[in-house]
Amino acid sequence: MSKLIRVVKSHHRIPIAKPSIGVSGKTGTWRWIKPVVDLSKCTKCYQCEIYCPDNSILVEPLKGAIVNYDYCKGCGICAEVCPAKAINMVEEEQHGS
Amino acid sequence: MVLKSLTGNHAVALAVKMARVNVVAAYPITPQTTIVEKLAEYIDGGELDAVMIRVESEHSALAAAYGSALAGARAFTATSSHGLLYMYEWVNWVSRARVPLVMAVVTRTMGPPWNIWTDHSDYYEQRDTGWIQGFAMDAQEAFDMTLQAFKISEDPRVFLPAMVGLDAFILSHTSMPVEVPEQELVDEWLGARTQGFVIDGSEALIHGALSPPEYTEGFIEDVGKAMEEAVEVVREVDHSFGRTFGRSHGGLVELYKCSDAKYHIVLMGAWAGDAMEAVDALREQGYSIGVVRVRYTRPFPGEELYKALSSSKGVIVVERGVSFGSMGPVFLDLAGNMLKYSRKLPYMRNVIAGVGGVNVTYKDFEYIAKETINYLESGEEPSVIAWYHAR
Amino acid sequence: MSSIPILPRHMRNTVLPGHAACHGCPIPIGLKVVGAAFGDKVILVVPACCTSVVLGMHPGTAFNGSVVHVAFASAAAVASGISAGLSKRGVRDVQVIAWAGDGGTADIGMASLSGAVERNDDFIYVMYDNEAYMNTGIQRSSATPAGAWTTTTPLGKKEPKKDVAKILIAHGAPYVATASIAYPHDFYSKLKKAAGIRGFKFIYLHAPCPVGWRFDPSLTVNIAKLAVETGMVILYEYYDGGIRLSGPSRPLLDKSKRKPIAEYLKHQGRFRGINEGELRSLESYVDSSWEWVKKFMQ
Repeated sequence: MSKLIRVVKSHHRIPIAKPSIGVSGKTGTWRWIKPVVDLSKCTKCYQCEIYCPDNSILVEPLKGAIVNYDYCKGCGICAEVCPAKAINMVEEEQHGS
Repeated sequence: MVLKSLTGNHAVALAVKMARVNVVAAYPITPQTTIVEKLAEYIDGGELDAVMIRVESEHSALAAAYGSALAGARAFTATSSHGLLYMYEWVNWVSRARVPLVMAVVTRTMGPPWNIWTDHSDYYEQRDTGWIQGFAMDAQEAFDMTLQAFKISEDPRVFLPAMVGLDAFILSHTSMPVEVPEQELVDEWLGARTQGFVIDGSEALIHGALSPPEYTEGFIEDVGKAMEEAVEVVREVDHSFGRTFGRSHGGLVELYKCSDAKYHIVLMGAWAGDAMEAVDALREQGYSIGVVRVRYTRPFPGEELYKALSSSKGVIVVERGVSFGSMGPVFLDLAGNMLKYSRKLPYMRNVIAGVGGVNVTYKDFEYIAKETINYLESGEEPSVIAWYHAR
Repeated sequence: MSSIPILPRHMRNTVLPGHAACHGCPIPIGLKVVGAAFGDKVILVVPACCTSVVLGMHPGTAFNGSVVHVAFASAAAVASGISAGLSKRGVRDVQVIAWAGDGGTADIGMASLSGAVERNDDFIYVMYDNEAYMNTGIQRSSATPAGAWTTTTPLGKKEPKKDVAKILIAHGAPYVATASIAYPHDFYSKLKKAAGIRGFKFIYLHAPCPVGWRFDPSLTVNIAKLAVETGMVILYEYYDGGIRLSGPSRPLLDKSKRKPIAEYLKHQGRFRGINEGELRSLESYVDSSWEWVKKFMQ
């Protein structure tokens, strides 16, 4: 495969990890307020998606911004950066997902 | 094969060149410098196709060598004394990372006071780091051991970094004729760079991430397993080296006039030659004595030493360094390892000598051996640990 | 998919959901931009810093690329080594990036960084600056601004912030840029530009930390923007011997266009105890930074 070298897998345990979703579990459980998108106001400008630290809000070109509540920690950045004010942060208890 | 007059340092540099190292990262320190200078000459002169990273410190020397090794390069660095101490964090990191690379350590006394002469304290202090640790006796062995270090380090049973020790000045800067093999033969024997994983973007791999205790324990335990497996690898590599190049050094230990010896001097490094001279003289005077030269301190050759020493009437371990508040590290390892095989140990004595680079000659070894043997044969036991001051 | 603009489209698969960052952490925002620029053809060299924690615990990692975690002082040295190893093997399709915090750069990593710049080794160094040792519990670094509370400066830091980009320009690095997580497109284009230059590239990335700076996690981007709008952080590129102001900072050369610094400070609990004198000295730090930039502008 690689020039100059031979890679032979060790039979020992070696500190190598692989990329994976949910490395800290379902981080949606960290949330106490949650973003709720008013799709009628969403202009699909992608600001929320670009700035979401948790990569948990994706804009679908036809529908608009969709939140992944499994992992969204509820920081509220999406609501702050939304120029259309289409995202509201609401208490978890009132709007269980 | 050709004969070349080489210093210990130049023998190491030539072996590194013949191993076709891809990256050298190093920082100058006396008495290691002539290794790095020679490698720079090889690289800039077009004799070695490698990158030289002229780092700003030893900490970065090993870090950069490590980075290149991760990325698939055969990598080398060299240092001494305070340089080795300055990179200590990295010495531990590289072995636990399970990345093969080779480092020459030209042993030198640590300060204060400043002192550039040899003792083995800097090398001893690395014994818990998880490196394969060899120690050469002469320039020929420094050459051979350096080539072997790459082979051992890159063996899939091992995948640990390897250190080649050699004494400041008395080996690093003195010349002897060294048998240098053909490059083609070295290429064939050593083969392509081998490692357990490579970080080169061909696959998303994450190395060294924060790990829970249970995983971490497993990684550390397996460093130990690799070290255990390395015992056989060191033996094999010495044998195959002997078959290919016509020179074997005995594997983990070299036995000199031991087959019928009643008493034994155990030691490592350049002064083993002086001890062997002393043994020749003592034998002429009727003393039954041999030298057991420790070639590798990690993995520690417990089995070899037990076989060589279990029926000895007196074992004298002479060391250029001491673990303050305890004894010499080789003595401690020897005593502990002998217990793996038998509860009954021979009489063993630890003599600390040559510390700070004090010159110890064959006459000193003769004196130490006679004193010990005379005590024992008169039915008295000399002190188990003693400082011997050569003058 | 093709109707999705480049930045969000390419950043989608880089930082994987479910990582260990605090609420509102700026680091994953920066890493997403790295992903947008290079996809999984990137090797991050990460010294001890918040990112070591943010990416989560073995056996998984929340970054879809290669990551090498290394000892604190050594990001630059290891990146130099990786870059040398890859070049020797003829591997050219992967970008090596040292990704280090302010402590690992401005403090303990400074010597190895300086060495790598002087040798002009071929990789990108990103210093993400959250202006203190956050991972260990908010201790001051040399990049903490004057007047800021930290757990080791309970009365506020007395000394002004160390400007690492300036130090790197003095080294003669071929490319030095400053960026902010508030301006991802700007950061993206700087990463892309850096990747096209051979030799050492340094990008400073301003990264406000809600936990350490004591502000609401929803305000991370707003505060990062205010840092630029008040002139506290100046976005520029340095190459071919001159500084070029980047879009968001360009109008602010005219001091009257800058928002008052107090606007930036007022949202942050770490500046709560700041007095009039300290505010003045922060203002004069900003003024002198702009004067310095002007001298090198092309």
